[in-house]
Amino acid sequence: MSIIHPTRRRLLQTGAVAGAGLAMPMVFTGAASAYTNEPTGGTVTLGFNVPQTGPYAEEGADELRAYLLAVEHLNGEGDGGAMNTFSSKALKGNGILGKKVAYVTGDTQTKSDAARASAKSMIEKDGAIMITGGSSSGVAVAVQGLCQEAGVIFMAGLTHSNDTTGKDKKANGFRHFFNAYMSGAALAPVLNNAYGSDRKAYHLTADYTWGWTQQASIQAATEGIGWQTVNNVLTPLASTDFSSYIAPVLNSGADVLVLNHYGGNMVNSLTQAVQFGLRDKMVNGKQFEIVVPLYSELMAKGAGKNIEGVFGSTNWSWKLQDEGTKAFVKSFGTKYGFPPSNAAQTVYAQTLLYADAAERAGTFNPCGIVEALEGFEFDGLGNGPTLYRAADHQCFKDVLVMQGKKDAENEYDALEIVEVTPRAQVEYAPDHPMFAGGDLGQCNPGA
Amino acid sequence: MDAILLQILNGLDKGSAYALIALGLTLIFGTLGVVNFAHGAIFMIGAFCAVGLSQILNISFETIDPTKLDFLGNPAKIKTAYVESWFGTEIGAAIIDWAVPLAILFSIPIMLFAGWAMERGLIKHFYKRPHADQILVTFGLAIVLQEIVKAFFGANPIPTPAPAMFQGSIDFGMLVGFPENAIIYPYWRLIYFLFSGVVIVAVFSFLRFTTFGMVVRAGMADRETVGILGINIDRRFTIMFGVAAAVAGLAGVMYTPINSPNYHMGMDFLVLSFVVVVVGGMGSLEGAVAAGFLLGILESFASMNVFKDIIPGIDQIIIYLVAIIILLTRPRGLMGRKGVMEE
Repeated sequence: MSIIHPTRRRLLQTGAVAGAGLAMPMVFTGAASAYTNEPTGGTVTLGFNVPQTGPYAEEGADELRAYLLAVEHLNGEGDGGAMNTFSSKALKGNGILGKKVAYVTGDTQTKSDAARASAKSMIEKDGAIMITGGSSSGVAVAVQGLCQEAGVIFMAGLTHSNDTTGKDKKANGFRHFFNAYMSGAALAPVLNNAYGSDRKAYHLTADYTWGWTQQASIQAATEGIGWQTVNNVLTPLASTDFSSYIAPVLNSGADVLVLNHYGGNMVNSLTQAVQFGLRDKMVNGKQFEIVVPLYSELMAKGAGKNIEGVFGSTNWSWKLQDEGTKAFVKSFGTKYGFPPSNAAQTVYAQTLLYADAAERAGTFNPCGIVEALEGFEFDGLGNGPTLYRAADHQCFKDVLVMQGKKDAENEYDALEIVEVTPRAQVEYAPDHPMFAGGDLGQCNPGA
Repeated sequence: MDAILLQILNGLDKGSAYALIALGLTLIFGTLGVVNFAHGAIFMIGAFCAVGLSQILNISFETIDPTKLDFLGNPAKIKTAYVESWFGTEIGAAIIDWAVPLAILFSIPIMLFAGWAMERGLIKHFYKRPHADQILVTFGLAIVLQEIVKAFFGANPIPTPAPAMFQGSIDFGMLVGFPENAIIYPYWRLIYFLFSGVVIVAVFSFLRFTTFGMVVRAGMADRETVGILGINIDRRFTIMFGVAAAVAGLAGVMYTPINSPNYHMGMDFLVLSFVVVVVGGMGSLEGAVAAGFLLGILESFASMNVFKDIIPGIDQIIIYLVAIIILLTRPRGLMGRKGVMEE
């Protein structure tokens, strides 16, 4: 046992060592706070990466309108939109963390390589702190991977594939939009009520990640209510004429055609299925029916009257009557003269959610944002009470089952809400087989 | 058997579009020696003539209906088409309903003018340039044209339906003794096939039975000798460019009810149509038509599950596979003439 004899010199030495020791973590914390594109001036730059050319350019244009509206609201301009109804009150209308919000835009062309190049340019040249957008799951998965590597946050736009928050999920990526599994879970009970449990389905499926997961989800959900799956035919994404795929359907024994198509593919395949008279036929003693599991208002407009009576699902509709929806629709409609689409609402919500997370975290550091968003429960943005699940960064909220409206009053009135499927009905375990295989990993602050 | 008949029918309408576009391409190549990569864009412009006429006929005036509210809760604005206001609801609605057939008349002068303007304004400057230059400039022109159309009409497909009386389908199988629903074929596709037949016969008759056509054929065979005879063959060839544009334009007009047109539809057909021209034989009008229908039908067959199960993706490559086989066995294509694009 040693006896310590305190002296003035020893006390000073001990104090200096202890002080240095205590200061050490602070020094390292300071170094760790450096992250990719840390804003240093009075502005913070967001990167809006949307299809401005190519087949989804209309959706990209609507997304861009919503982004600009969100920037206005964040900077304290306009009527504030859904910021007024958002359950979190961290946003003050003075930008994000006191910095004015600026933005750059990029064109994904709905091509993964172009989208990655555009996002890379926004991160490296324009100093974007967050990338958001996209109208395709292929693009979303590609850009999400890039953002993970670069150390910036990716707030996904319109992406519906299970893979985005399934096998391809990333810690720096977040999806507000619903997914193919949720579409199946929401649609199946409605289809059961409308068409019964004794049905034979024939699937036409776009041959890429979204189509595959959509088809698998709808097949599982409909077989769960007793339907049989007669066939699943993969159609090339570049197809415009589906007649040779549709013609054999009536003779296959199927009495329902499920079109796992989106965008122009959906417009063409649905139009041609109607031209072939499928919906006028009786098969197996039942009226032949068509189902389009993922709807979009812009595509419903393109399909015209062919969509009447056809069931599908959406993430959101401007016809919802909650306060968040009303505030957003009023703001968007006043500015642009027509109601917003599904795609517009999800990107508007994503931009506010990012800004709010930064305010609550007190930093733009991606790891701080991730921590603020994981497990975040909120309301007032248009979808009712919503959870950003920590395990896979997927939002869980109510899902809408829609039906093509007969005698639509105008081009924005093509779809009507049939059912608001409660969140509990579309939830699933993070390790569900349709989402298995991926690893969220660790957040990457970059730099 | 019914499945085979069904795919033959399906191939006919697709083949009709290929044949009409390839016919125009071959006319231009045979007369002016130009490889025109803007021809798909001409097909697209034809389709947008139908869209444009439909939109013109739907030009409306607004009245306020205080009994209805719009999405913002304001009194709703009700649109009424001028055509319906001028001619009465019933006649006006019928005129709007028949927009696509009416667009045939509307599009012919537009397409003739577009072809003339394209030839005089740009392509004539590239007659003596290498084919690579022609391809580059016409491909660039195609991109410019489709971006202009996108700027006016947007990127999404625009539904342009056939008249109500031609919507729906015929149970073709029942007519030839098959069970119900075995062979269903939409009326409009049948009309498209018949229409293309009429256009093809008209073009061939024009070339074969008119003096103008005879001079053009003579010019295609020996341009210099025809020129020496004091005939202004260049002017006639310019007119043939307009005719080729009108043929592609009509193909586009009538195609709109089959596929909702979008600004990119020309590009979707362009490469396939060039393959059709090459398979048919460069410069051969009959070859272009025959190859158009042949490849349309083969493409249709290749999309049958029985073939896709054996070779996945065969529906995407069948046309190119057949083109390779034909060019290996018949290097000038099915009906190609000696000396065309040969040293």
